[in-house]
Amino acid sequence: MRVMVFVKATEDSEKGFAPTPETMAMMQAMGKYNDELRNAGILLTADGLKPSSEGKRIAFDGPGRRVIDGPFAETRELVAGFWLWEVKDMDEAVAWVKRCPNPMPGPSEIEIRPLYEMADWQE
Amino acid sequence: MTAGETHQAIEAIFRIERARLIAGLARVVRNVDLAEELAQDALVIALSQWPGTGVPANPGAWLMTVAKRRAIDAIRRDKMRVRKHEEIARELDGEVDDTPGMIEAAMNDDLGDELLGLIFTACHPVLSADARAALTLRVIGGLTTDEIARAFLSTGAAIAQRIVRAKRTIGKAGLSFEVPRGVERMARLSSVLEVIYLIFNEGYAATVGDDLVRPGLCREAQRLGRMLAGLMPDDAEVFGLLALMEIQASRLPARLGPDGALVPLTGQDRARWDQLLIRRGLDALARAEALGGDGPYALQAALAACHARARSPADTDWPRIAALYDRLRAVMPTPVVDLNRAVAHSMAFGPEAGLRLVDEIADAAALRNYAPLPAARGDFLFRAGRLAEARSEFETAAKLTRNMREAAFLLARADACAENG
Repeated sequence: MRVMVFVKATEDSEKGFAPTPETMAMMQAMGKYNDELRNAGILLTADGLKPSSEGKRIAFDGPGRRVIDGPFAETRELVAGFWLWEVKDMDEAVAWVKRCPNPMPGPSEIEIRPLYEMADWQE
Repeated sequence: MTAGETHQAIEAIFRIERARLIAGLARVVRNVDLAEELAQDALVIALSQWPGTGVPANPGAWLMTVAKRRAIDAIRRDKMRVRKHEEIARELDGEVDDTPGMIEAAMNDDLGDELLGLIFTACHPVLSADARAALTLRVIGGLTTDEIARAFLSTGAAIAQRIVRAKRTIGKAGLSFEVPRGVERMARLSSVLEVIYLIFNEGYAATVGDDLVRPGLCREAQRLGRMLAGLMPDDAEVFGLLALMEIQASRLPARLGPDGALVPLTGQDRARWDQLLIRRGLDALARAEALGGDGPYALQAALAACHARARSPADTDWPRIAALYDRLRAVMPTPVVDLNRAVAHSMAFGPEAGLRLVDEIADAAALRNYAPLPAARGDFLFRAGRLAEARSEFETAAKLTRNMREAAFLLARADACAENG
């Protein structure tokens, strides 16, 4: 099954990336973790997102389209990065996420969401 | 990490570590069976301890240490061949070190290499292709014998027997579980790639049974291919094979029609092709080409990429495909490549060109009773307007194929000749 794994944003990630000794060490740990994912054959793709201050939202209401500039509120509901994995089941995904280095300096959250697959659309 | 881990969560961790554990243990005890058993023992101990203590910071190293201790115990208990075993026990004693730093260093340094060594051993040419596939799926992929049996439409007992025999052969041959170096490496690598592609193909174009595809088997092969690419980042053919599998798998969602029948490449709804896999395939192909890839897998991946890049069948660059087949034929001179080359030339230069090439190879022994030959010939004849001859070729092909859905597809084409004729 495919799962999308979201690194949720924090107040720190919303400030943008700054190369400090701490963030560089985290990047290195994350690089090593990504190597492990790759060597296990489960990593399909991965990327980090810039802060929501550089993002835009388009609000839909019937025919109406309204563009909203970032940054957006509810920081902890925003996404700061993602992976796409091919795993055997949710347990495997959870086990892999648990060994991820904490992506943020403070408390943070990673969310796993399975993708719809062909079989889900069939009877 | 908190206490109270469930068995399910611990088993998931074990699945992640299992192949590496077996690889590390097999190298020391020189016995796949014993290595599997020791790994299993380590799981049992983890299941009894981790719910109380929580999962250790480095579960892989923990499991390895526990399994190696069990190995020492087992070897000491064993009174047979005492001297040899004491030697191994001493070697193990030296390796078991509880300082986390040491363990971690040992894990990080060697494990990729050990895993690769196990892959090369499971795919060793002393084993039959079937045995290699079954053993690889078992020890590297972590599939159960029943899962492998289902994938190859065999029985659990037959697969278990095949794996037992393969392990015995490895023992008898005294294989070292090392990654081969130098000249041997190339020959052995092609055996590894062959096994992975065999697994993929059994999923992609099932040779027996009712199902035309078994995507689970494709995914397993892709996972192995991705692992191998991670472990051997400088080998063109490893990336060639990965590219080939990713691009072919991208078409799986479009390969079967609503009635479950096979849809040929030209008839597929390309909107259903998996764009992520295409992109991954093209990236892997670029890597293979940057590494100088001109081997059979890189060339086949380049061929698959021609289709992946074409937005519609009419956009297909058939002259490029024909040229790639000319090159492929030089490195992979098989009758099947010759046949596909004939198909490519028929698309690039007309059905007569295809007929000319196919008639050159029609007598090849390997193509006798090979359904795709009359199927292709039938297609050339159909396009050349020679419907009566085409019909008889399609009927021959339908009789030859072992796949029932494919037979139905060919008979439908035969009927179409009659209707139009």
